[in-house]
Amino acid sequence: MAASEAILEVRDIHTFIGQFHILEGVNVNLPRGSIGVLLGRNGAGKTTTLRTIMGITPPRSGEIRFEGQRLNGMRSFGVARLGIGYVPEHRAIFKGLTVRENLHIAERRSGDFARKADLIFDLFPDLKRLVHLPGGNLSGGQQQMLAIARALVPDNRLLLIDEPSEGLAPVIIEQLMHAIRRLSEQTTVLLVEQNFRMASQLADRYTIIDEGRSAVAGDMRDLVKDQALIQRYLGVA
Amino acid sequence: MRPNILVSVALLVAVVVFGYFLSPDLGSFGITLMSGLFQGMLLFLVASGLSIIFGLMDVLNFAQGAYFMVGAYVSYSVHHSPDVMAAIPDPNIRFFLSVISAVAVGAVLGGLLERFLLRPLYARPIFQIVLTFGVAIVMTEAVEFIWSTTPYSWTVLFSLRDQSFQLFGQSFGVYRLVVIGIGFALIILIGLLLQRTRIGIIIRAGVEDREMVEALGINVRMVFTLVFTIGCAVASFGGAIAAPFLGASAGLANLFLLSAIAVVVLGGMGSYAGTAMGSLLLGLALAVMQVFAGKPQIGLPVLASMTPMMLMILVLLVRPGGLFGKGR
Repeated sequence: MAASEAILEVRDIHTFIGQFHILEGVNVNLPRGSIGVLLGRNGAGKTTTLRTIMGITPPRSGEIRFEGQRLNGMRSFGVARLGIGYVPEHRAIFKGLTVRENLHIAERRSGDFARKADLIFDLFPDLKRLVHLPGGNLSGGQQQMLAIARALVPDNRLLLIDEPSEGLAPVIIEQLMHAIRRLSEQTTVLLVEQNFRMASQLADRYTIIDEGRSAVAGDMRDLVKDQALIQRYLGVA
Repeated sequence: MRPNILVSVALLVAVVVFGYFLSPDLGSFGITLMSGLFQGMLLFLVASGLSIIFGLMDVLNFAQGAYFMVGAYVSYSVHHSPDVMAAIPDPNIRFFLSVISAVAVGAVLGGLLERFLLRPLYARPIFQIVLTFGVAIVMTEAVEFIWSTTPYSWTVLFSLRDQSFQLFGQSFGVYRLVVIGIGFALIILIGLLLQRTRIGIIIRAGVEDREMVEALGINVRMVFTLVFTIGCAVASFGGAIAAPFLGASAGLANLFLLSAIAVVVLGGMGSYAGTAMGSLLLGLALAVMQVFAGKPQIGLPVLASMTPMMLMILVLLVRPGGLFGKGR
């Protein structure tokens, strides 16, 4: 695959949090229109990789390019404005704001929400009848849907979604997978996912991160067949 | 009724009833109430900025009281300056102009403080506290340098400040009522700003999770500058409208600061409704305690100055997160 087709290129990034060297060389290459997933054990550095791409924990060295443009040194609001949506773990919606306000605040140009409302409520019909409720009153699954919906309000061309299935019931996970698959028709998605079944069904590409380094990357179909590799890095059968 | 409203109302009623039994007649009860509301509103003008700035930016701005003081000095000077008097003989229009000038000076000084002194220190919260504390001292010294250490009392009256009306055999100043009215209007106005406008939504979201607001593509630092500027301008406004009563003196910087910090804590850190309710409650409690402490049988004036901290401790014992805070 030629590098020019990649929407996101992460090359050998090193990230420190305080004095801790969290990422010690992570590479990610994501073709436009695909769903990529970062796999790895707890604490391997998957979340930090997303946060580093977003500019929240900037890299000390290495390079991040989105559509060819260097993101190094940009603050996260600037990164977001280029067209990257971020859905952090633990569904970081604003609990004191209503569902509508949670969606409105994500507008980058006025009218974004009005333009996208049909798409959003089509993907997540539950949200439509909850628009006036505070985000904190929603169930875990509804909060996750709101967090993803919020990232859909502006015209993002890349979505970074951190552990969407965490703590959710299987029925809700099914709904979310369906929604992510549908929205990937319009944008590229990079997931972090512990739930290997979900990851393997959704993603086209994978990158395994182990102890702060990207260890293996490739086509998801190959990984599913390689039990030894899964066992070695993920410890799931 | 929700527990926060229940506790607030219970405390309010307790303070007012206590005030009623302290008063020999309805007239003096009215005076106490009015003095309480007046103090509460001035308190609110300092505490609202303190609370929103703290909630959004995690900065405890010890200079908030100094902005109140600067507002009083600017308003006093413009109103009493011979040049301005010559240009604008009408004291009412001149007072209006004095208040505008005070707000403008407060806003500019506030914006400068945030942009050039606080901004480099966002990674170091302790430094910020020391910085705002130091800025408060510098501002007080600067004021004493410019205006000397002698306090000024407001001498040139204007019609609003001059008028009074009779009720229950007591004379009430119209100006206090006007200040109370302005205070209530601002409580509602700032509340609407926070509830209904995009910037208000961003501020409320930022109080919850700044990092996420920024990751949505919003330049949070610009919001910080704006909020800090408005907060300081509102404190200056408070000083400006208080000056016809309290005059202008360096002591104003600390007069309301400690009480305002008590309000922010007892109202619930970062809660706007809590700050409004807390200001009202503490204002009334102060007025009632001033009467109580001044009784010949009691004769303990120190009780009045202990009131902010006592009320804060009382509230925290019942609701550890403050009246409207998240229960922690």
